[in-house]
Amino acid sequence: MSQTITVGISDLNIARAPDILVTYALGSCIGICLYDARVKLAGLSHIMLPSASSAPNVADQPMKFADTAVELLIRKMESAGARRVLLKAKIAGGAQMFSGLSTSSIANIGLRNAQAVKIELLRQRIPILAEDTGKNYGRTLYLSAEDGSMKIKSATKGEWNF
Amino acid sequence: MDQYNELNEMHIDVLREIGNIGSGNAATALSTMLDRKVDISVPQVRILDYATVTEELGGPEALLAGLLLFLSGDVTGMIMFLLHKDFAQMVISTLTGMEPDNVGDLDEFSSSAVCEVGNIMAASYVNAIASLTGQVIDISPPDICVDMVGAILSVPAIYFANIGDKIIFIQDEFDKQEGDRRSSSHILMIPETDSLKTLMTKLGLAI
Repeated sequence: MSQTITVGISDLNIARAPDILVTYALGSCIGICLYDARVKLAGLSHIMLPSASSAPNVADQPMKFADTAVELLIRKMESAGARRVLLKAKIAGGAQMFSGLSTSSIANIGLRNAQAVKIELLRQRIPILAEDTGKNYGRTLYLSAEDGSMKIKSATKGEWNF
Repeated sequence: MDQYNELNEMHIDVLREIGNIGSGNAATALSTMLDRKVDISVPQVRILDYATVTEELGGPEALLAGLLLFLSGDVTGMIMFLLHKDFAQMVISTLTGMEPDNVGDLDEFSSSAVCEVGNIMAASYVNAIASLTGQVIDISPPDICVDMVGAILSVPAIYFANIGDKIIFIQDEFDKQEGDRRSSSHILMIPETDSLKTLMTKLGLAI
């Protein structure tokens, strides 16, 4: 029997096969999936904002930001037996939920989150195998530690496998 | 005060009263528009983290219609309406005479009907607070999104991330009863901390 482990907002966790990691209702946030196929170990992080320097009041919450959460997740996976050089990434989320938003600070937050995640993964030399970002709807993300597959479920637009 | 959790009991009481006045006015406006009785519950003011708010609204994947309006002028922040499917459907059918079969896929006409209702309710809500405190508060045109409530709430969560993980959740429940069909909606008023200070000071309370 596989267990399903929930990852909340500004949270991250890891799972071994055959368990499944899930994060519900990603809006402009991003779900970052990392997978080491050799040891069948999966890691999932749910970030809210691009960079810790953009929110000094809460900079002590590294799991909230793209530029700090990725490193934390890698370390957690390494201490569980994964190897950094074998990690592959899949990412989803970063939607613009309200189309007419013009207030500058959050108008493009989904896009800026996606860019920050990609830059951080590039910096860590982790290839991105699949991406489902942008558009205007919320996504629930399932990551299987069995094979590293990412399943995306939306409220009204359907389901996809990556 | 940098974070909401520095508020005391007396401040919460004042916020509850603000919510009461605002939502009373909004309910009257709604009732006039729909030409039927609308009940409101006594607003609950709580300071909650987003995960708890989401759970209270039926879990992160519950399908709701969200209307978002920005406050500007002397008071800044957001007002968010969260309408249950039934409620949105009721509003649409009352105003347009059409029965939408899928709220997840509103046509432009239905969306603008719901937005207009939100606009009028928010204006009534804000006007009551503005005249009580002598402040000038403007509202932006509403924006609509029908999706998982967790994804809708990620927008204020990100916007207010700098303040912390918690929001002031002034939850006003509107009910419209028709036989055994009961549909409710919620108004969330989320002032920025500076604006909260302004409101409190104008009401004679130091923060």
